[in-house]
Amino acid sequence: MTNVPSTHGDRFPELAAMVLKHAKTLGATEADLLVAEGDSVSVQVRMAEVDRLSKAREKVLGIRVFFGKRSASSSTSDFSEASLDRLVSDTCSLAKAVVEDDTSGLPASDQMAAEIPDMDMRDSRQLTVDEEIDLAKRTEQSALKADSRITNSEGAECSAGYGSILLANSHGFVGSYASSSYSLSVSPIAVDSQNGGMQRDYWYSVKRKFQELDSPEQVGQEAARRTVRRLGSRSLSTQEVPVIFDPEIAQGLLGHIASAASGYSLYKGASFLMGQLGKKIADESVTVVDDGRLANGLGSRPFDGEGLPTRRNVVVDKGVLTSYLLDTYSGRKLGMTSTGNASRSVGENPTVGTTNLFLSPGTSSPEEILKSTKRGLLVTELIGFGVNMVTGDYSRGAVGFWIENGEIVHPVEEVTIAGNLKNMFNDIEMIGNDLVFRGRTASPTVKLRKMMVAGH
Amino acid sequence: MTPSPSDFALQEQDILQALTKAKSRDVDYADMYLESSVTDSVSMEESLVKRAVKNVAQGAGIRAVAGERTGFAYSDDLSVQDLVQAAETARYIAESPQGEKPLAVTHRSGPSQNLYPLTEPLTDITTEARVDLLNQIDVEARKYDSRIAKVMASFNTEQKIFLVVNSEGQLVGDVQPLARLQVTCIAEDGANRQIGSYGGGGRVGFSFFVENDRALEFAREAARQAIVNLDAVDAPAGAMPVVLGGGWPGILLHEAIGHGLEADFNRRKTSAFSDLIGQSVASELCTIVDDGTLPFRRGSMNIDDEGTPTSRTMLIEKGILRGYITDRLNARLMGIPLTGNGRREDFRSVVLPRMTNTFMLSGESNPEDIIRSVKKGLYAASFGGGQVDITSGKFVFSASEAYLIEDGKVTRPVKGATLIGNGPDVLKKVSMVGHDMKLDEGIGTCGKEGQSVPVGVGLPTIKVDEMTVGGTAMA
Repeated sequence: MTNVPSTHGDRFPELAAMVLKHAKTLGATEADLLVAEGDSVSVQVRMAEVDRLSKAREKVLGIRVFFGKRSASSSTSDFSEASLDRLVSDTCSLAKAVVEDDTSGLPASDQMAAEIPDMDMRDSRQLTVDEEIDLAKRTEQSALKADSRITNSEGAECSAGYGSILLANSHGFVGSYASSSYSLSVSPIAVDSQNGGMQRDYWYSVKRKFQELDSPEQVGQEAARRTVRRLGSRSLSTQEVPVIFDPEIAQGLLGHIASAASGYSLYKGASFLMGQLGKKIADESVTVVDDGRLANGLGSRPFDGEGLPTRRNVVVDKGVLTSYLLDTYSGRKLGMTSTGNASRSVGENPTVGTTNLFLSPGTSSPEEILKSTKRGLLVTELIGFGVNMVTGDYSRGAVGFWIENGEIVHPVEEVTIAGNLKNMFNDIEMIGNDLVFRGRTASPTVKLRKMMVAGH
Repeated sequence: MTPSPSDFALQEQDILQALTKAKSRDVDYADMYLESSVTDSVSMEESLVKRAVKNVAQGAGIRAVAGERTGFAYSDDLSVQDLVQAAETARYIAESPQGEKPLAVTHRSGPSQNLYPLTEPLTDITTEARVDLLNQIDVEARKYDSRIAKVMASFNTEQKIFLVVNSEGQLVGDVQPLARLQVTCIAEDGANRQIGSYGGGGRVGFSFFVENDRALEFAREAARQAIVNLDAVDAPAGAMPVVLGGGWPGILLHEAIGHGLEADFNRRKTSAFSDLIGQSVASELCTIVDDGTLPFRRGSMNIDDEGTPTSRTMLIEKGILRGYITDRLNARLMGIPLTGNGRREDFRSVVLPRMTNTFMLSGESNPEDIIRSVKKGLYAASFGGGQVDITSGKFVFSASEAYLIEDGKVTRPVKGATLIGNGPDVLKKVSMVGHDMKLDEGIGTCGKEGQSVPVGVGLPTIKVDEMTVGGTAMA
């Protein structure tokens, strides 16, 4: 069995034209619509047996209509003509029931992406289900074989997905692109034979091109290494110490900057970065970039959720907040123009999203950062949602390693790390040279001068 | 109303024809889940109801189970051809595609309980009524205190119809309403800005929000929390006694033990609770149940997403671990009872064992005595989200409204802080349980393997002798 992507896509331009025309007939002054379809097959293998095989195929059409300054959105997965007619008329009725919003409306027509570059996001490589099963089995097997203390597993997964979207609006904009994604992951479990207790960790690879995917052996062995090193974890006494965020964890800090710099958080008063544009918010070693056109980037796309061209935005330049992340609506609210960061779920209004977000690398190797630490905590996993975007207050559960005299002494669990994001970015003392894109957001290793670590 | 194939423009024969393809000889069990849902959402900010969204979705998920293997495929096209194709995909996990036998429906029934009898479907609530409700909330929250600078609110409803047909001849379905109102306020006092959130709902109609001015109470409560937080001092850091208030703080149970008692993790022996049935995992004061049968509650269902009637499951009885919560696959493989906890987010998702409403029964202590017994500690009245590492048992949950306890009295409010503990230990440290068990207001959503389902939690006031509080101030 092979996963053959479906071909509804051929009909999309025709559907889009029909729906937009219908909205205009019903009196809509402006409208846009998004059609998306996707196919994916994923295989989960556990303890060398197929645990779950899932095949997904879906399509959805979302429309947004404007009656002057009133608007509404809706979506359906039923593409029959009767259903689409009903969708358009229901959405028009809904729009008439909400109040006028002076800020609403499509972007100006001259802002639309004039050219839609082919960003080479689609791989034509088809995987058969048996190939996926084999890849997942090899990944899990590599993890299980890597260390005798790994005796169990939450399973390995291989998946391949293909999607395409089309965006069109009443300015006459029509844009579409197709993409693919391949992933491998495994979550092994190691047992502590001395003290009892179990630990699990995880590793993964995800790429748009099948050829670029890490090998099952690389993924499995790295997952095993990350799992076994957690055995014998214990808590710490409560103290204030330097904290090192490994790259997987440091990218979360960038996510917090991006969400505080999002136009929606700002105009709603829900951001700790309010009023900070042009001001120093971080150590001068910190430069944060969002680049929608990065070659091979998982977050790259030719146009944003409103059809505006994507671009490179420097959010923080040498510690100074230089740009917010905006779509048309939130930009207008703040008296600014869109930065090409509209993100869109089908059937929803646009919001702001990042594309490829990263922290520019520094000069120190991760080893040098470790060596520089007399006593401190290296964090490799965070749990919980203890981040208050309004105040910047930050308090999360942490897993990692205790460092003394530049060396890892023992694994750590059941502690929290706490601080305030406003201070934390200024407290960045070292940035690693180890920037690698593994997803849409990437960071090198980051060391903070101090955070409060709470334990026993 | 009991759903029937005609709700999906299908004949019973069409469904059976497709399902037959999934149930080859090597397949132990196959089922088809047909779903149609309408969600309506309006939201308000800057005193304007400016967002109105309606989403309509329908589709079918087909699964075939052989031993421990599950094959699953879904389609949002409901033509017989698409269903047959999905069924053939699901069957791929079987060793051999041979040995199809015609299937028939032999048990056809509506749910045996009716936990959410609503007089009118949620889809009948007019947009005008929704908009009016949000406008009233805006006025009420701003009236609470002049320092309330921003008010955001949303009202969401979902009307879901589903039908499950399985290879054992069962055809059963349900209509599930779900409504939720959420209010968020931001208070400003000079440069000091703080947030407060509150909300509620359940499998309830519009009248729930209007009667007893419930919606306005949610608005006042969100405003109150934001104002309280204006005076918050740094939270303490370190291990100390923690008193949890009733209601939503029951998220402790959800994270600390609930997930660890889901049967899938225990069958795979990847849970910190694996093989602990019959053993002491909590103090004798703790009796904890998962109950999907509470009328109108957010986590309740007449039947689960496999057609099994929901039930009340004893998880921990006077400190002793009694049972796991199960779906069909795991109950069969483990040889333990079906509890009616097989749930899925929608037709696109596979069934997993999930919690419904999870709560601790009342004890005998007076809540004031519990506070009085603490010399120096934390009183947590409300929480945001939580998370657990099933395997190590470590869990966190984050307080959104908390106070210091000094010499037996609740004193200053503290900034939000994350609390961390170890699931199999934390309840052993429960030394007092209040007589004031309260369920939450109906806002909980639980995530697992990327799937969200509505859940409820509940807790009396309890005292945990020692938990680590992740503040910034040296205690």
